[in-house]
Amino acid sequence: MRLLTARLSTKRRSPIAGLVVVLLGLLLTGGGYALLSPASAQSGTASQSTVQQGRQLFLVGCSSCHGEHGEGIVTKRGTQYGPPLAGVGAAAVDFQVGTGRMPMARPGAQAQKKKVLYNDQEISALAAYVASLAPGPAIPDPSTYNTTNVDTQSIVRGGEFFRTNCTACHNFAAAGGALPGGKYAPSLHGVSNKHIYEALLTGPQQMPVFSDGVLQPSEKRDIIAYLNSVMANPDYGGAELGSAGPVSEGLFAWLIGIGACVGFAIWIASHSTRSTRSTRSRKGASA
Amino acid sequence: MTGDHEDAVRGNQDAVVAQPQPGHGLEPAGHADGPVDPFADPGLEEHEPRPTDVDEHAARRAERQIAACFMLSAFFVVLFCISFFVFKIGNNPTTILGGYGASNVTLGLFLGLALLLIGIGAIQWARKLMSDVEVVEMRHPTASSEADRVATVEALQQGVSDSGIARRPLIRNSLVGALAMLGLPVILGLRDLGPLPGNKLSVTVWRKGMRVVNDVAGTPIKPEEVEIGQLINSQPEILFEKDANGQPKYAGTELLNAKTKASTIVVRMKPEDITPTPGRENWGVSGILCFSKICTHVGCPISLWEQQTHHLLCPCHQSTFDLGNNGKVIFGPAGRPLPQLPLMVDSEGYLAAQSDFTEPVGPSFWERGER
Repeated sequence: MRLLTARLSTKRRSPIAGLVVVLLGLLLTGGGYALLSPASAQSGTASQSTVQQGRQLFLVGCSSCHGEHGEGIVTKRGTQYGPPLAGVGAAAVDFQVGTGRMPMARPGAQAQKKKVLYNDQEISALAAYVASLAPGPAIPDPSTYNTTNVDTQSIVRGGEFFRTNCTACHNFAAAGGALPGGKYAPSLHGVSNKHIYEALLTGPQQMPVFSDGVLQPSEKRDIIAYLNSVMANPDYGGAELGSAGPVSEGLFAWLIGIGACVGFAIWIASHSTRSTRSTRSRKGASA
Repeated sequence: MTGDHEDAVRGNQDAVVAQPQPGHGLEPAGHADGPVDPFADPGLEEHEPRPTDVDEHAARRAERQIAACFMLSAFFVVLFCISFFVFKIGNNPTTILGGYGASNVTLGLFLGLALLLIGIGAIQWARKLMSDVEVVEMRHPTASSEADRVATVEALQQGVSDSGIARRPLIRNSLVGALAMLGLPVILGLRDLGPLPGNKLSVTVWRKGMRVVNDVAGTPIKPEEVEIGQLINSQPEILFEKDANGQPKYAGTELLNAKTKASTIVVRMKPEDITPTPGRENWGVSGILCFSKICTHVGCPISLWEQQTHHLLCPCHQSTFDLGNNGKVIFGPAGRPLPQLPLMVDSEGYLAAQSDFTEPVGPSFWERGER
């Protein structure tokens, strides 16, 4: 830079040329950094007042477990009462608060999906505040999880990814399943595209993280498209009985199926109605 | 059917009279003193006729009920045939009752009802109108009569003496020898069960420097893309490679056999949560560890990963492995810890294997030993 300025000034000999070049360089570097750096692009969109509003909401609704500055609270036994939130990112807040999991009603094995307590504006303010603590995954752009124009080939590929990465916990029909110690993988029915994408990105609770670097955004979108197509399918086989596989189907077969068979057997063998108008005079001469 | 009740009662009378027949008592067969009825009067209730036996109207009503069942059954068969042609299946199926496939539901329902109504009609027919006579069938001795048994033994002895098998030991012994030799083809046939597996159970396709790639996509993995809490269902890169002719190096059965042993999972934990056993300190890359995906119990693929507890749970029989502690079994029927694949970073910065697994993966087998 100094070399460039020196050469320019020797040619033009303008007294302010050097200053102009330095200013231009600073502007280009700063502007380029602002444009290219994803973290600053995200935090740049949240105004200071939004972060401030989020901070106020955080102090009222979240700080009792997560600490006054989201630093987390450790119990006497050394376990986490509320985990630290630095670096979890706006996507985690949008998922946890947007599905009603946070604020938790009571401590437990796992936060449950329930009624959403904050409106959209408040959720984005909370997300902006938590994102301001440390860089983390941002709320995904709607175009990344838009599945309207996904072709069949991608849906099939999404199915392969789903069966490889998700079915172990969430069941082949996305009906969810049990985990040890009262924890569970929730059903994916009725979960919005955005929340599935955010869960993959942030790994809420026991769920592993599937970062964009390893599971590409297009692959995540294919998984979501596959789920949507599965859930739009009619139940060809009749009642799905919770899609829990042999447990519910076996229970149904044993109770309803064999129960009906036993009922018929009892009916066949039961003593039928007898008439009192019998001819007693012709009593059998038994030995 | 009215008027038949007289016959029915008479039939019953016959049955009861027939009970104390000599030679067919209820006691065990082969009693020395001959059959004796242990119960002079077993207490059979006297026969009472059904309403349909004595009442013409009741009988007619039952008849109409049964006929209605059969006709309704025929009606449901007709509905089945109609549904077969009416409801669309395929890409754009007809649905009813809030999302059920109409074709399956109606075909199953109508055919089921048709069969059920035939059954109900038949049962009702037997209960209401068919002959209602109690029948007593005496138990017979299981042994054959003395005369038959004597005759059989005589025939056997006659055969032995006619063939002369006792008098000609050469024939007898050579026959026994020939029959014994017939066992050899059976034993030789077992040889075709194949050569012994050799070291196939102990080695996988993993080699030093082979990249760990994402399953399905086949993309290599950079350690900086793997976050704390991440789970990657991974495969050796060679399963996605193609040979000089552009054909996959592994395909079909070979691919499945290779995958069965070489499937892995990559997880990342905080480095302070990992306590490697001596010798395994450099098997991970800053908290990134790679383990076999095949359960050591009976070989189910496991990827039920709890990122906060660092437990890996097998969905088949609930074996639980602690991956922060070298894959140790902490619950369930698995007998051995989950084998770990030593990881390194190759020259281009991708995750790769340091070597093959250092122990056989998957379920235990006889030749494996205790290690």
